[in-house]
Amino acid sequence: MAEVEADARFRVPPALSDENRSFWTSGAEGTLRFLRCQACGYYLHPPSPRCPNCGGTELVPEGVSGRGTIHSFTVNHQAWDGDDTPYAIVLVEMPEQVGLRLTSNLVGCPLDEVHIGLPVRVVFEHRGDVWFPLFERDEP
Amino acid sequence: MTDFERRSIISGIGQSAVGRRLGRTGIDLTIESALAAVADAGLDLTDIDGLASYPGAGIGGEGFTGPGTPEVQDALRLNLNWHSGGLEGAAQIAAVINAVMAVGAGLARHVLVYRTVTESTEQGSGGRAGIGVGSGDAGVATKGIGGPFQWSIPFRAYSAANWLAMSAQRHFHEFGTTPDQLAMIALNARRNAGRNPNAIYRDPMTLADYHASRMISSPFHLFDCDAPVDGSTALVVSRVEHASALDHPAVGVEAMGTALRGRPSWDQFDDMTTMAARDAGAQLWTRTDLTPADVDVAELYDGFSFLTMVWLEALGFCGKGESGPFIEGGGRIALEGELPVNTHGGQHSAGRLHGFGHIHEACVQLRGEGGERQVGGSVEVAAVANGGGPIAGAMLLTRHR
Ligand SMILES: [Zn+2]
Repeated sequence: MAEVEADARFRVPPALSDENRSFWTSGAEGTLRFLRCQACGYYLHPPSPRCPNCGGTELVPEGVSGRGTIHSFTVNHQAWDGDDTPYAIVLVEMPEQVGLRLTSNLVGCPLDEVHIGLPVRVVFEHRGDVWFPLFERDEP
Repeated sequence: MTDFERRSIISGIGQSAVGRRLGRTGIDLTIESALAAVADAGLDLTDIDGLASYPGAGIGGEGFTGPGTPEVQDALRLNLNWHSGGLEGAAQIAAVINAVMAVGAGLARHVLVYRTVTESTEQGSGGRAGIGVGSGDAGVATKGIGGPFQWSIPFRAYSAANWLAMSAQRHFHEFGTTPDQLAMIALNARRNAGRNPNAIYRDPMTLADYHASRMISSPFHLFDCDAPVDGSTALVVSRVEHASALDHPAVGVEAMGTALRGRPSWDQFDDMTTMAARDAGAQLWTRTDLTPADVDVAELYDGFSFLTMVWLEALGFCGKGESGPFIEGGGRIALEGELPVNTHGGQHSAGRLHGFGHIHEACVQLRGEGGERQVGGSVEVAAVANGGGPIAGAMLLTRHR
């Protein structure tokens, strides 16, 4: 999967820890990964030490398709971080599990074409130690 | 049905000056509201043996938190049998709920409860900051953000305006809710504020004014967002036996809703169109024989206008997904309507007193002290709700008999 040029002038990075590093660096291999229970197959997000579905503790980061659909979105206009260029914040639901969602940004898509149900695919924006999973329209 | 809640009344209420950039300290405003509430309850400070607040000091900017309970206890030299302050729980109203539990459990007889904000003075002439980029979080930009906000802030979703905008957008999508329907919350609030001498924005607002206000985070315009102010609201929760000692009607506590059954997350909650209000609202009705049809006035949190729609549905005043048609045109929720909502002007027009403005107004209406904005007829039952997203708490209050 592709990496994209920095979409925003500024991003607050996540504070990396042993618990979240596999998620925030998964873009290094070009794959979106979530922690997954090896006993029942449940994806855990955010990461947690015990599977809330079955109690399993054998949890391994596993790649997903990186495809999803926009569950909801908003076009932000307020210059919270000093940049007043409008941008799309999206809530992407993964097809691998009902309710497995990521808040992210939709990039490379005109803001008036963003809509719920839009198919999207992950792209990574690499800054420092972090690969931010962003999304672009999934062209057929 | 339970009788636990009915061991308590709200015996007194008080509010400090409320306004934009008053330039007074949080403790100064708190003392003003506290003394007013205690006097209104027919008590002296020596009678107060419990103290509760939301959220307590040290959990954010001082303009947001107000003074913590130790500072207030010391300033008023209170002798306490019970005290509590905290951010986690059933939204801001959790402070009142905690007080009711303390009184019901016999730990205290008269609990002073307060919520103080000086967000307008703290904000100064600048704009509202998002989490992670505000002055209080200077280290975050370099060290990185941990905890639950790491799943939103790195994507420049800095504010509850963004998170709840997505909740509203989903509601629009699933139920056909329209921008003109959403606008009714702000318009209704402004109309009511025109009859409230203490409201901060009282000039009439038209639908055209609403749509002309700048977009913050679609579908939220500026007029969907509440207005930061300085002010303190206080009340006294007392044992029910104190009701007969009052020179005004006591406010009865009928039921409380505190449940949270979905995932406590802004983006993983199963149903984005409602979130925690669904659970707290449903639980409330399991603790009373009253029904939504018995409610005469509803003071429903409106930190963002959409949240009032969420609460209308969660508390059963209309069906799920039907809040848009319910508020269409604004007649039903107007002062003279079948369910008057946010009769003081809500946080849009009466100022962001962070839930406690709504609690205060519910008491005012039940006591019949609303003046020009008093709902007609006898107000016997009021619903009050705080919170949004994964944070929710609600109470049903009555005119005590
Ligand atoms: Zn499992």
